[in-house]
Amino acid sequence: MDITRLKQAGECEWHVEPAGKMRVPAILYGDEALIAEMDDKVYEQATNVATLPGIVRASYAMPDAHWGYGFPIGGVAAFDADDGGVVSGGGVGFDISCGVRTMLTNIDAERIMAHQKELAEALYAAVPAGVGSTSAIHLTDEGLDEMLRDGAAWAVRSGWGEARDLERIEERGRMTGGNPGFISARAHKRQRHEMGTLGSGNHYLEVQQVSEIHDAATAKGYGLEPDHVVVTIHCGSRGLGHQIGTEFLAAMAEEAPKQGIELPDRELACARIESELGRRYLGAMWAGINCALANREIIGHFAREAFASVFPDARLDLLYDVSHNTCKIERHVVDGVEKELYVHRKGATRSLGPGHEDLPAALKPFGQPVLIGGSMGTGSHILAGTGTSEDKAFSSACHGAGRRMSRHKAFKTWKGRQVVDDLAERGIVVRSHTSRGIAEEAPGAYKDVDAVVDAAERAGLAKKVARLKPLICIKG
Amino acid sequence: MPGGKRRFEHFEHGADVGVRGRGATMAEAFEAAALAAIAVVTPPETVRAEKSVPLDVTGADPELLLVNFLNAVVFEMAAERMVFGRFDIRIDGQHLTGTATGEAIDRARHEPAVEIKGATLTLARVAEDRHGEWIAQCVVDV
Repeated sequence: MDITRLKQAGECEWHVEPAGKMRVPAILYGDEALIAEMDDKVYEQATNVATLPGIVRASYAMPDAHWGYGFPIGGVAAFDADDGGVVSGGGVGFDISCGVRTMLTNIDAERIMAHQKELAEALYAAVPAGVGSTSAIHLTDEGLDEMLRDGAAWAVRSGWGEARDLERIEERGRMTGGNPGFISARAHKRQRHEMGTLGSGNHYLEVQQVSEIHDAATAKGYGLEPDHVVVTIHCGSRGLGHQIGTEFLAAMAEEAPKQGIELPDRELACARIESELGRRYLGAMWAGINCALANREIIGHFAREAFASVFPDARLDLLYDVSHNTCKIERHVVDGVEKELYVHRKGATRSLGPGHEDLPAALKPFGQPVLIGGSMGTGSHILAGTGTSEDKAFSSACHGAGRRMSRHKAFKTWKGRQVVDDLAERGIVVRSHTSRGIAEEAPGAYKDVDAVVDAAERAGLAKKVARLKPLICIKG
Repeated sequence: MPGGKRRFEHFEHGADVGVRGRGATMAEAFEAAALAAIAVVTPPETVRAEKSVPLDVTGADPELLLVNFLNAVVFEMAAERMVFGRFDIRIDGQHLTGTATGEAIDRARHEPAVEIKGATLTLARVAEDRHGEWIAQCVVDV
């Protein structure tokens, strides 16, 4: 991106003042190197979002932003329904409520390494992963509707999870407003055999070791200590979410002009919040969030079973479960007035500061855990929400490393077998059904996650708590 | 491949993949674009012709028709757990009908690399580039 087109407003904050049809500024977060490396399309997409009706304050791009579908991946935007605001399918993405959960274990790294291969095999057998995988869970239409209404609470009730997990999940594990009646028969059909599956692409389950502590007090509050081991799961709402996204994006693309919405880019398809299509999408998408919350709860349960088969004394406690593809109703103060806004986070993680009322008591003093995935060979980060992130970007932060190389190029550059061997030499066991998929997800295909979280911290979006290094990676 | 002029390729798009088909007609270009989408998952030439599923989609303009067509293929792959090696379609204005022919996915033999979440309007383009050569392309989210 040509950095001279931006006005620097802080060490890691860059503004594009409103011009043309922009209703608000676009604000990009990142250090100079990250911004310079960003695709010009991020500039174009962030400024396009700024033209949408009812947008409030600014269109934001996180430090890991890259070219998305209408919205940039790493985009945050809030809309006011009373001001003709919109909800956008592209502002949520195809993988509704894709997100990350991290579970603390009571097994230290030394014990894990003594049984590393055995644990990897147990996890690989327990967690269905990759294209065409199914779990033992097959739902009827009625079962699906219950799941879509109650999310992780449904999973717990059905025996795939623990009641104590629920307060550690966004929305206490159940997104209100989800309406299964707005979900098509095709979306139902696509999900029937996919509950408890990891998916493919950049989705994974990792066993990770705490390798660095940046903030000792918060780490202690989160239950993270040096050399402790955690399990992190990255996946979303599976086929159901993809089908909801597909159907509503097409419907919004056709209807937006009829609703008097001028789209600078067709892929920015959206509908007025106060319209029939807007309401239907919100109901369906919120039900899709429940699907993702249930799915991650089930996979967490499978991980517990796999750990117990290797370590009978294992105990896995959920640190937190947070999504990075959502649109939610939240209350934020804008120009001194508290308003109800529809906050889109596409590839951006909510980042609530200390004391926020939505946090469970145990986390309230420290802020919300912000879980950031890297690539399989490098590392991941746990950050904490800060008080400043509210003003910076409606309490939002980055979500991952972001790719720097296309899948096609990665496949031409690396061989899956070689990637697995190289990682094994560094003490990381990778298990996957697909050698080509491993090559496409090679560590070198991703940007430096450390640079992204450093910029997020310096921008005031979240603060670094701990770095995690992978020991076992189950790739979808 | 029958027709001779039909061919497909991928083009780069950040985290995802662009699929592009070419052919002597719009329908041939669509068929080739669908093969490009299959190739994101597994080489289409390895897929056996064991079962055909019907396709019937509409789209207000050629780009929407292409995206809706590819999404119908993605749906059949996901819901029926199939992969396809051949497409035979007809386009009549805003209406597309035809069949996708393939087999149940065999994870050992097809070694599927990644699933497609959906086809998008990003870089979607359907046009007669040169006389007698159609192009149909868009980005698919994986």
